Amino acid sequence: MKKHKEQIMQAVFFLAACASILAVALICLFLFVNGIPAMKEIGLFKFLLGTRWKPGNNIYGILPMIMGSIYVTAGAIIIGVPIGILTSVFMAEYCPKKIYPFLKSATELLAGIPSVVYGFFGLVVLVPFVRELFQKGNGSSMLTAAVLLGIMILPTIIGVSESALRAVPRSYYEGSLALGATHERSIFMVMLPAAKSGVIAGVVLGVGRAIGETMAVVMVAGNQARMPAGILRGVRTMTSNIVLEMGYAADLHREALIATGVVLFVFILIINFCVALLNKGDGSHA
Amino acid sequence: MRNKKTPGQKLKEYTRTPGSMILMILVLLSAVITFSVLLFLIAYILINGVPHLTLELFSWTYTSENASMLPSIINTLVVTFLSLLIAVPLGIFSAIYLVEYAKRGNKLVKVIRLTTETLSGIPSIVYGLFGALFFVTALKWGYSLLAGALTLSIMILPLIMRTTEEALKSVPDSFREGSFGLGAGKLRTVFRIVLPSAIPGILAGVILAVGRIVGETAALIYTAGAVANVPSSIMGSGSTLAVHMYNLSREGLYMDQAYAVSVILLLLVLLINWGSGALAKKLTKGK
Repeated sequence: MKKHKEQIMQAVFFLAACASILAVALICLFLFVNGIPAMKEIGLFKFLLGTRWKPGNNIYGILPMIMGSIYVTAGAIIIGVPIGILTSVFMAEYCPKKIYPFLKSATELLAGIPSVVYGFFGLVVLVPFVRELFQKGNGSSMLTAAVLLGIMILPTIIGVSESALRAVPRSYYEGSLALGATHERSIFMVMLPAAKSGVIAGVVLGVGRAIGETMAVVMVAGNQARMPAGILRGVRTMTSNIVLEMGYAADLHREALIATGVVLFVFILIINFCVALLNKGDGSHA
Repeated sequence: MRNKKTPGQKLKEYTRTPGSMILMILVLLSAVITFSVLLFLIAYILINGVPHLTLELFSWTYTSENASMLPSIINTLVVTFLSLLIAVPLGIFSAIYLVEYAKRGNKLVKVIRLTTETLSGIPSIVYGLFGALFFVTALKWGYSLLAGALTLSIMILPLIMRTTEEALKSVPDSFREGSFGLGAGKLRTVFRIVLPSAIPGILAGVILAVGRIVGETAALIYTAGAVANVPSSIMGSGSTLAVHMYNLSREGLYMDQAYAVSVILLLLVLLINWGSGALAKKLTKGK
């Protein structure tokens, strides 16, 4: 009897562990089965490289959205990555021990704030600010979205690259100091290069977060479905495209939105793969 | 540990190496930017939102005259409870399998790790799409709290698995050996010895998961729907607090109420972060 119980529970644990495999399989299955027929019907190249998205006329080209996602993410990287990495250097090498716990929980809080709250903040603060500053357009623009996303990816980058910096043996730093290098030189010439793969993994994770972010972008990016025409003009990303039109779309339009989700999913899979590769490289070093 | 330098000495060193000084200034500047953005965001929302927190916003029903948020708070509680009900046992059991049962170098374990990593990288809108395709359409549940909760339970599964795994790994092997030595079986050891010692870590993970559920919007709009009242059953549509806030701010007519909801969301997140941090601290202290 007791033996049975052990075996039954082991089977239960095993089945539970398989749930995540089942979940990924179901997600892939449902996305691809519902999305691929639309790609076929529209034509893969017409769908991916078409520059016009006019569901009313049955024209479905998502290049504007792909470019929108890429531009907004690139903007977020330009803003978020330098600040993020430098802040992680501050956290690992400069921060006084007394205030460290507060700042650490502050970065965790930054990660925990819901994206609607970020979006709302962008809507009531950043959008009017951009409008007043440039006196052009209505403030909902690629620039606004990039700044907001740059803030949102900060905690990811800070967290991952700080732990990468802390994983570098202290002797590297001390050796560099002993050779006469300054504190800064030791950090930027020795510690950061040694932590490179971890820092890059953090950046790539940040890219994943930026490209997948939906609500905050919808609220500040303007959402015009046309090719991006400048940083002060509105853009629509793949994520916004889905969230904006899924509510009322039907038939081929709905399928085209699901296909947009498939393209987004493929982007994310590639990014995940890069992170896994980077982490693997890290492991073999240690 | 390090030789302390007086500020004067430091300054002298920096004037000799201007490159280092510039780098130091950049580092400090970045840290100041990061933390002042956070402070500004919290202060701005609290200062502008708290005055709009009126009692009417906590009345039992939502009407177009009174955009009450209490129904959405109740929906949020229901969705949170249902998602945890599914994801917590599943996550804990998977972690037990991975840590306590699986043999090293097991191929399946590699696949499980790969899939959980994939799950944790999937954006919430893709979960929302999946939920809309699977629970809402294929299973014909329609927009319902249950569909939303199940979608979210898949989303938080990797988080609970990872934190539980870490908590289980932090339990020293001597605990297990002692239990085996006293004649307890594997199952008894897991449930009576290992799990109880790992509880603070597991709870910290669960609280983080609650934070994700409370803040989630994109995965819920097309699964749980956006009706701002409490449905009569879990098969009915209802918006959680974050979805409610999105609707309020999108229409542009209820900005004051949106401010008030954002205050509540922010306070919830603060509370959740504080609770999770306190538990995690308890875990490390216990060691």
